[in-house]
Amino acid sequence: MTEPTFTQTPQPSLTPPAGPWRRRWSALKRNKAAMLGAILILVYVLTAAFAPLLSPGDPAAPDLMNSLEGPSAKHLLGTDQLGRSILARIIHGSQVSLLIAVGVIAVGLFIGVPVGLISGYYGGAVDFIIQRITDMFLAFPGFLLALALVAILGVGVTNVVISIGIYMIPLYIRLVRAQVLTVRGEIYVEAAKAVGTNDIKILYKHILPNVMVPIIVQTSLGMGMAILFAAGLGFLGVGVQPPQPEWGTMLGAGRSYIFNAPHVATFPGIAIFLVVLGFNLLGDGLRDALDPRVKV
Amino acid sequence: MLQYLFKRLLSIIPVLIGMSLLLFFMLRSLPGDPAQVLAGQMASQEDIQLIRVQLGLDKPVYVQYGKFVINLLKLDLGRSARTQNPVIQEIWARLPNTITLSVVAIVLACLLGIPAGVVSAIRPYTWVDYLVTSTALFGVSMPVFWLGLMLVVVFSVMLGWLPAGGTGGITYLILPSITLAAFVTAFIARMTRASMLESLGQDFVTTARAKGLRENVVIIRHALKNALIPIITVIGLQFGNLLGGAILTETVFAWPGMGRLIVDSILARDYPMIQGSILIFGLLYVLINILVDLLYAFVDPRIRYD
Repeated sequence: MTEPTFTQTPQPSLTPPAGPWRRRWSALKRNKAAMLGAILILVYVLTAAFAPLLSPGDPAAPDLMNSLEGPSAKHLLGTDQLGRSILARIIHGSQVSLLIAVGVIAVGLFIGVPVGLISGYYGGAVDFIIQRITDMFLAFPGFLLALALVAILGVGVTNVVISIGIYMIPLYIRLVRAQVLTVRGEIYVEAAKAVGTNDIKILYKHILPNVMVPIIVQTSLGMGMAILFAAGLGFLGVGVQPPQPEWGTMLGAGRSYIFNAPHVATFPGIAIFLVVLGFNLLGDGLRDALDPRVKV
Repeated sequence: MLQYLFKRLLSIIPVLIGMSLLLFFMLRSLPGDPAQVLAGQMASQEDIQLIRVQLGLDKPVYVQYGKFVINLLKLDLGRSARTQNPVIQEIWARLPNTITLSVVAIVLACLLGIPAGVVSAIRPYTWVDYLVTSTALFGVSMPVFWLGLMLVVVFSVMLGWLPAGGTGGITYLILPSITLAAFVTAFIARMTRASMLESLGQDFVTTARAKGLRENVVIIRHALKNALIPIITVIGLQFGNLLGGAILTETVFAWPGMGRLIVDSILARDYPMIQGSILIFGLLYVLINILVDLLYAFVDPRIRYD
């Protein structure tokens, strides 16, 4: 007896559909502006990471005999009022600005996101109190609040991070809360509640992943904003203090020589502009790729 | 409408209480003794104690806050530690300069930003659109103080056309207002483009075109009118950025406004002046937001405030 043979109807080959993050990544890759932004950020991060190797010399070593020299073969971007290489100071300054931007975003994320989740999820009195405190901070223009805080806390990298970070917290709270309100009543949240999942797990495993898109976009745009704010504080003389190379502080010092040596203020400004442009390009691209609602 | 205005003005009270609480406790949490700062390094213990009693710093914190609020209601913001003049007097002297600069900048931003956004939206993905969107992106990424300095380099140092700073005739207002307007113009152009693109895709625009209306009428009377709400919101929100930008712009151009006053006070650690000027800046911001709310009703008759 021969074994029965089963003929199988040929099935069309089914490749598993791409996951939502893979689809978003492909959409992002197609966005040329976002990719340009990513390249600018990559160059910036690599410059900060390898600053000692890339720098043409000591950023703090004065050379008064060669002060305020224009760009030349010896000093590609010229020298400042103390004869220090502007290129070396811009390269080392990238470390300071990256440190500040990451610090500010960390403060905003680690405090703003959990508080926003709690405010949106629990509602009621907790939400009311959190929102009124948020209102209090948002009643001031952002840069003014950061300036006031730095005036109180004092100058230096840490205090600049705290001051701008405090401004960033209510922005994240508002953003996350608004997102939580839209997903709080979804079936998957109700289902998690029904099977007895505790609130912390619901917040982090079910709600947070579904509100991640605007958080990612805000983080990219927030990095650019943090760099601009920190440079503004430095420019006013209340941010990072010399001799530490910080782009805004360099620009502020260069203001006094704008008539006879404009290059001192020009190049740090270009550095700030390119990096902020990178974060804005990437932020816009992320918004287009990740958030289908804003497609126009 | 009047009832709404009254309610909205009443709603400032809790915001002001919040702001005063925040400022009061922020300044009280300062390291060191304010009486010592005011008296100077060489002062004797008796002098410091006298100043402490004069300022009411020997009283409990809630009494100090109560006194602060009562003085605030009387518009008594104390005296500047630096000049000894009443804080409110110094603020009144500077406030008109900041308001002039900000109003000129916001008008300029609207005049440039809205048409740029509209042109960009009606010709999407053409060279005009790319030009507007990339210029706008440059505008929001550029540090305002750097732009100011570069304008000085070009128009004052190289061409010698405009003064590099200070006050005087209208020529002194040109560079600071362009500097201050740049960021907001870019933001308004971006928002107008997005809002117009959405509006142009709506059925009422198709209907207007189907009726045979001229394209200009379709764009201005139908699409733009409906796209204005988010644009006005952005303009209102950007006023905060404008005030923040004014601090930097006034520093670049030595413009004698509130921004410069705050920076000078911070550098001199003149706390009564810092407190007073930040409070007035905050109040200005809140009032502008109310104005924006009221503007909605004029732009969109569907919005009723009763």
